[in-house]
Amino acid sequence: MAMTLTEKILARAAGKRVVGPGDNVWVEVDILLTHDVCGPGTIGVFQREFGKMAKVWDPSKIVIIPDHYIFTADQKAHRNVDTLRDFAQYQKLAYFYDPGTPTYKGVCHVALPQTGHVRPGEVIFGTDSHTCTHGALGAFATGIGNTDAGFIMGAGKLLIKVPKTMRFTVNGTVPPYLMGKDIILKIIGDIGFDGASYCAMEFNGDAIRQLSIEERMTICNMAIEAGAKNGIIEPDEKTFEYVKAHTNKPFEAVYGDADAPVDSERTYDASTLEPCVAEPHVPSNYALARERNDVKLDRSYIGSCTGGKITDFLAAARILKGHKVAIPTFLVPATVEVAEDIIKSQIDGKSLIEIFAEAGCEDIAPPSCAACLGGPEDTFGRTSGTETVISTTNRNFPGRMGSKQSRIYLASPLTAAASAIRGRITDPREFM
Amino acid sequence: MKTIQGTVYVVRDDIDTDQIIPAQYLNLVPTIPEEYAKLGSYALCGLPNGYPPFVKSGALTADYPIIIAGRNFGCGSSREHAPVCLGAAGVKAVVAESYARIFFRNCVSTGELYPFETPIRLCDVFKTGDKAEIDVEGAHLTNCTTGKTYSIKELGAVAPVVEAGGIFAYARKSGIIK
Repeated sequence: MAMTLTEKILARAAGKRVVGPGDNVWVEVDILLTHDVCGPGTIGVFQREFGKMAKVWDPSKIVIIPDHYIFTADQKAHRNVDTLRDFAQYQKLAYFYDPGTPTYKGVCHVALPQTGHVRPGEVIFGTDSHTCTHGALGAFATGIGNTDAGFIMGAGKLLIKVPKTMRFTVNGTVPPYLMGKDIILKIIGDIGFDGASYCAMEFNGDAIRQLSIEERMTICNMAIEAGAKNGIIEPDEKTFEYVKAHTNKPFEAVYGDADAPVDSERTYDASTLEPCVAEPHVPSNYALARERNDVKLDRSYIGSCTGGKITDFLAAARILKGHKVAIPTFLVPATVEVAEDIIKSQIDGKSLIEIFAEAGCEDIAPPSCAACLGGPEDTFGRTSGTETVISTTNRNFPGRMGSKQSRIYLASPLTAAASAIRGRITDPREFM
Repeated sequence: MKTIQGTVYVVRDDIDTDQIIPAQYLNLVPTIPEEYAKLGSYALCGLPNGYPPFVKSGALTADYPIIIAGRNFGCGSSREHAPVCLGAAGVKAVVAESYARIFFRNCVSTGELYPFETPIRLCDVFKTGDKAEIDVEGAHLTNCTTGKTYSIKELGAVAPVVEAGGIFAYARKSGIIK
C-alpha cells in the first residue's frame, strides 16, 4: 500500500510494513529533546515511575538544551537548570548544552539541527510544541508533554496515532520580498488556527525546494499554529548538504510514495503571494502588510526559533542598511552560532552588527527564547504595558510576550525591519 | 455510575495555553507537590480582562470542577503545566467542541482531567455559575440549572488509556514496560 512520507517514517519506527491514518502504534524514538521549562518535570515523572536511581533508556539519545529562562535573576529558573545539570551528570548524558559554559547553545529548535541531532527519516519527540520545526529536514518531529517524555526517557518508545496527511504544494519562483513566514502565515490564514488539527502538514513544490533549510524550518515551525501534529518536507540535496555539515552519523532518508492518498491538497503560486502580518490575537488573522499601513507600532522584535536564525538577520539587515529605526528594535539571535554569524556576515563589506548599530537597534541580546513567550519579569524585550509590537516570533495570543494588554503582529524579518524604519506596518518592497 | 458534578465555568474559542497558565509561572515544576498546588492558584489567570477570576485571590483551588469551552481548547504550547494547573485547581472535566492535539494528549497521559468533546456549541447555552452533572459512562451532560441534557462523544481510541489511568498504567497493563 502506498504511504505518505510521515506514514513511511512511522511505519519504519513501528517495525511495521504498513501503517495508515488513525492507527495507534508504538514507535521507537531516535531523539528525545527537552529544555529548562519542561525538563525538570519530565525528570520528575521519569523518577516517580521508573525509580529515583533508574537509568535512562539510552544516554546518547536524550538531548537537553536549556534555552527559555537563562538570563534572569529568577531563583527557580536557576534551580531548574541545576536539576538538569545534576541529572545529565548522573545519567552520563552525551548531550547537555550547559548555560554559562562554552557548550551553551541557545534556542533548542535552532540548536538541535546545528548540533547534528536532526537527521532525515528519524523520529524526534520534544517537550516543546515547536519540535515540529525539525520536519524541515525530512524527520518526523512533534511536541509532547512531560508525562509522555518521562515515559520515553525510560522506555525509548511512545504510543502515537498516525496522522492524516494534508499536502501543501507551493510552486513558482519565490520573489526576493517573500519569506517562509509569509508562506506559512498565508496557509494558516486559509485553513484556520485549528485547520490541521491532528494532521501532518506536508510541504512540497518548486518554491519549497528553492528555500534554504532555515527558511524551511520557519514553515515547519508554525505547523503547530494550525494545530498540526507535525510539519514535514521531503529531503533533497540541500538537506543532505546541511545534515552532513553538522554530523557524521549515518541516516537513511525516507521518501513518500507518489501515489499515496492524502486527506487534502492545496496549491499555491509563490510569485503571487505578498508580504503579510498575522494580526492580534491568533496566528490565523492574516492581512497584507501593505493594507495595514495605518497600524502604529511601539516596538519591533526579531528573534525566536522561527525568526532568529542567521537568514532572518540577513533579511532584516538588507532592509535596515543605511536607514534608522523609528521605534525600539530588539534583536535576539536564536543561538551562539547565529550570534557569531551576525558578527562574521557582511553585506557590501559591512558586518550585520555594524548595520544594526548604525540603524539604531538596541544592543544585541544573548541567545535564548527571551520575550517570545514573555517569561520572568526581567526577560529582555518582554512587554509590560499596552505596547503594539511587530515580531518575527510565532504566536500572538493575549499576553504571549508578557502583558495581556499588548498587541502582537507576526511578520517576516523583512517586514519587521521595514516596519521598524517607518514606525508603522510597512511592506518591505518600499525599501527594496 | 461515575458522575462529575458541580458549578461550571464557561470560556469561548481558542483558549491557548498562555491563557491557561502564563509563561512566567513555568518556573514551577509540576512534580514538586507544593509547586503543583501553586500552579493551581494561577489556573486561567491569563484570560483577557472581562472574564471573572477563575481562582479567587488568595485561594489555591477554584469553585468550578467543570469547564465548558468552544473550539480548539488548549491550543499553543506543549506545556503539561496547562492540564496540571487545571487539575491542581480542582477541575475534573473540560467539555469542549474540540481540543488542540497536545493538550488533549496531555490530559489523557497525565490523567489530570477528562477531556470530553461534544458536537454541540455548549459555550453558547451554558453560563458561568450554572450547575451541571456529567454521566461519564452514559456520555451525557445535564445542565441542572436549566434541566436540559446534552450528549457528549465517547472517548474512542484513547478510552483504554484513560480507563487504565494514564500512559504508564496502560503500558504496564499491556506489558510494554514493567
